[in-house]
Amino acid sequence: MNNKSITQFFGFGLLRLCIVLVLSALAVILYDIFHKGGAIISWEFVSEMPKKGMTEGGIFPAIIGTFYLTIITALLSIPLGMGCAIYLHEYSKGGKIARLIRMSIRNLSGVPSIVYGLFGVVIFVQFLQLDTSILSAGLTLGLMTLPWTITASEEALKNVPQSYRDGSLALGATRWQSIRTNVLPYSIPGMLTGAVLGLSRAAGETAPILFTGAAFFLPFLPKSFSDQFMALPYHLYIMATQHHAIDKVRPIAYGTALVLIVLIFCMNFFAILIRYRLRKVKME
Amino acid sequence: MINRNLQPLKKPWINSSTKDKIIHGFFFFNGLISVFVLVGIFALLVYTSIPAFKEINLTSFLTGTNWNPTSYVKEEYGIVPMLVSTFMVTIGALCIAIPLGIGTAAYLSDVAGNRTREIAKPVVEILAGIPSVVIGFLGIILVGPFLAKIFGTSNGLNALNGSVLLAVMALPTIISISEDALNSVPKNYDQASLALGASKWQTVYKVKIPAALSGIIAACMLGMGRAIGETMTVLMATGCAPAMPESFLGPVRTLTSSIAIELGEVAYNTTHYYALFALGLVLFIITFFINMVSDIILHRFEKVNR
Amino acid sequence: MYEFFCNFNSISIKESKNGMSVEIIDKPMTKLNFAKSGVKDKLEKHNVKASVKNFNFYYSDTQALKNINLEIKDNTVTGIIGPSGCGKSTFLRCFNRMNDTIPQIRYEGEILIDGTNIFNSELDVVDLRRNVGMVFQKSNPFPKSIYANIAYGLKINGIKDKSFIAEKVEKSLKDAALWDEVKDRLNKSAFALSGGQQQRLCIARALAVEPDVLLLDEPASALDPIATAKIEELVHELKKNYTIIIVTHNMQQAARVSDYTAFFMMGELIEFDLTNKIFTNPTNKITEDYVTGRFG
Repeated sequence: MNNKSITQFFGFGLLRLCIVLVLSALAVILYDIFHKGGAIISWEFVSEMPKKGMTEGGIFPAIIGTFYLTIITALLSIPLGMGCAIYLHEYSKGGKIARLIRMSIRNLSGVPSIVYGLFGVVIFVQFLQLDTSILSAGLTLGLMTLPWTITASEEALKNVPQSYRDGSLALGATRWQSIRTNVLPYSIPGMLTGAVLGLSRAAGETAPILFTGAAFFLPFLPKSFSDQFMALPYHLYIMATQHHAIDKVRPIAYGTALVLIVLIFCMNFFAILIRYRLRKVKME
Repeated sequence: MINRNLQPLKKPWINSSTKDKIIHGFFFFNGLISVFVLVGIFALLVYTSIPAFKEINLTSFLTGTNWNPTSYVKEEYGIVPMLVSTFMVTIGALCIAIPLGIGTAAYLSDVAGNRTREIAKPVVEILAGIPSVVIGFLGIILVGPFLAKIFGTSNGLNALNGSVLLAVMALPTIISISEDALNSVPKNYDQASLALGASKWQTVYKVKIPAALSGIIAACMLGMGRAIGETMTVLMATGCAPAMPESFLGPVRTLTSSIAIELGEVAYNTTHYYALFALGLVLFIITFFINMVSDIILHRFEKVNR
Repeated sequence: MYEFFCNFNSISIKESKNGMSVEIIDKPMTKLNFAKSGVKDKLEKHNVKASVKNFNFYYSDTQALKNINLEIKDNTVTGIIGPSGCGKSTFLRCFNRMNDTIPQIRYEGEILIDGTNIFNSELDVVDLRRNVGMVFQKSNPFPKSIYANIAYGLKINGIKDKSFIAEKVEKSLKDAALWDEVKDRLNKSAFALSGGQQQRLCIARALAVEPDVLLLDEPASALDPIATAKIEELVHELKKNYTIIIVTHNMQQAARVSDYTAFFMMGELIEFDLTNKIFTNPTNKITEDYVTGRFG
C-alpha cells in the first residue's frame, strides 16, 4: 500500500463513519420510540379519552384534534399553494415580480415556526377574533406550509411537458383552457403528493399551535372548528414536561410519540400512493 | 370549408380573451400572497413591538444582561443572555452537524454505490420528517441522562444537549443541499483530477469539495437558520434558565424558548407581551438575514455551475 | 373578432369556386422531378392567402428575423429551408403567434392573412390559432385516447354535440390517412401508436378544428423514411383544401412537396421563388451553394 491509498483508506473510512453515525442516530430514535411506545399501544389507547388526570386512558381526543387541524391546514394551504405555483410557472414570464415572489417563498420557508405562532395570535386569534380554536391554529399552520406546497406544486407543473401546452394553444385553446384541460390533470398527482408531505410536517408541529388553540386537556371532543382542541404533538409536549406526575406518564408520552410518528409515516406513505395510483389512472 | 360549424352554439357571455385576462389577474394576486404574508409577518412584528419600546430603552433591550420582566422591584428586558444562548446552542449544533453532514453528503455522492444511495437517501428524509417535539422528548429521556452520566452533572438538560438535538435536526438540510451541490460539480472536474493521477479521495477532498464549497456553505447556513428558529427541542431539553449562560453544561434559554414559555403566561397587551413580539422580531431579522445570505450564495453557485 | 372570422368564410367560398386550377397542379410530384412548364402560370392564378410585409422579430436584444417580405398563395405548399438557427422555425411560429408565450419578444411590420394583420390588437389570438393550425417537430399527442386527442380541439372550442364530434373525428382521421390504421382502437392511448402514426394523429388533430392554413414545423424530422413518405403524400393531398407552410431541414423534402420555397439564412430571406426555380436555377449565389450542398 502506498501513501496515497493509505490516506484514501482512512479518508473514506471517515466518510463512512459519518453516515454510520447519522443512520445510527435515526436507528436509536426509531428503536427507542417503537420499543417503549409499542408496549403501551392498544386499541383502548387510541380510542379512549384520557382518565384520572391523564395518568391513564387513551389519547383519542389528541388524534381527533390533529385530524381536524390538518383538514383546516390543507384547506388553506393546498388551493393557495397551487394557485401561486400556477401563476409562477404558467403565467409569469420570469420578470421582477416573479423574482420577488420566489424570494418571498424562500424566506417564508426559513421563518421560525414560533414566529408563525406569534403572527397567528395577533391575526387570527385577536384581529379576526377567531379566538384560540382549531380554525386559528389550522390557518397558522396553513400559512406555514404554504411555501412547501408552492414549491412542490411548481415541481409538479415542471414535470408536464411543454409540448402539451403548445399543442393545445395551437388548437385555439385559451391559456386557462390549456392549463385546465391539458396541464393540471397531469400535475395534480404530484401536487397532492407534495401537499400531503407538507401536511405531514405540519401535523408534527407544536410551536405554531401553542398559543393559537391547542389545549392542555379537554374532557370532550371538539364540536366545531371554533373549539379548542388537543393535538398529538402538544400532548406529547405536555406529557414530557408539564404533567404533575411526569414519571408516571412516561409510557403515555412514549405511546403518543409512537402514534405521532406512525401517523406521519402513514401520511408520507399515502402521499407516495397517491402519486403511484393517479399516475396509473392517467396512463389508461 | 365549413368553419362556421365550429362556432359555439351561442356566443359566450364573455369574450374569451377578457375571460383569460380575468383568470390571469386572479392567479397574479394569488401569486402575490406569499409576498403579502412575508411583508405581513414583518410589519406585524414591528407594529406589535413598537409599544414595547415606549417603555423599554432600545439600548438596554439590546445590551442588557438581565431578562426579568415579572420582577416586582424593577422589570428588566435585556436580551443578551438569550442571544448568547441561541448562538451557543446553534454553534454547538453546527460543530457536530457540519462535519457529519458534509461527510455524509460526500459519501453519498462520491463513495456510495447506487444501492447504498437508494437506501440512504430516503432514510435521511425520514430523519427530516421526525417532529421536533419527538426529538425534544428523546432529549429529555435519552440524551439528557446520557450526558449527565458522562459529565457527572445532576441532569443533562443543558446547552450541550440542545446542540446535540439541533444537530440531528439540521443534518437532513445540510446533507441534502450539500449532496446536490457536490452532484452538480461538472463531471469533467473529477475526471481531469483522476487523469492527473490523483486518488479518488484526493479528488473528493481537493477538487470536489472546494468546487462545491459555496453550495456547501449555503447548506450549512440554511441548517443554521433552521437551528436558530427551532423551538420545541430547545424548549424541552436545555433547562431554560433565563440567566446568562455559564458553560455548555449549564442550562440556557434561547430566543425561541423564551417566547414559547412566556407567551402562555403573559397578559395580552402589556409591555411584557409586546416585548415578546420584539423578541420575535429579533428572531425574524436574524433568520431573514441568514436566509438571504445563503440564498445569494446558492444563487451564485448555481450560476457558476450552469 | 367576429368580422375576422367571417372574412375567412367568405374567402373560403371563393376558394371552392376556383378549385379547378387546384386539381390540375395537383398531380403527384415524384422525387426531385418538378412538374414541367406551365406550372408557373397555373400557380400564379392562386389568390394571395398571406403576405408578410417588412417583418422584423426580436428575442430581447437579438434580431432573429430581418425585414422579411413574401407572399403565400392559397392551396399551395410553401417550403421554408435554411441552415439550423436561421430563424425558419421562429418565422413559422409567427403565423399563429406561438412566439407570444416566450418572454421578451418583439415584432415590427405585419403579417396579413386574408387581409387582416394578425398582430392587430383587435384580433383574438385564440381565433387566429383556430384558423392557423400547427404541427410540431416532435409529435406531441396528449396522454389521452386517440379519439380524445382529436376531439380535444373541438371541445375547447365549445362544441358539445357528440355526434358532430364523432363525425369530425372520423373525417379528420380519414383526411390524415390514419383512419384505417386506428379505427378499431380509437379508445386506446395515443402513446401506443408508432412515431409516424403519432405525427399523423397530430395532423388530424389540427385538421379537426378546420383551419385555413396549416403550419408544419419539420413534421418528419424524427421519422423513418417510410413514415416520412406517408407524411409527404399526405401534405400533397391536404393542399387541395389548405394552405400549407412547411419548415424542413431536408432539401429533397422541400423539393418534393413544396410549390414555393423560401430560403432563409441568419434571419434573412435570401431568396423566395417557385420551388423548381430555387433548386434548378437560383438567382442568388448563396442559395445555389446551399441547395447544391456546399454548406449547411
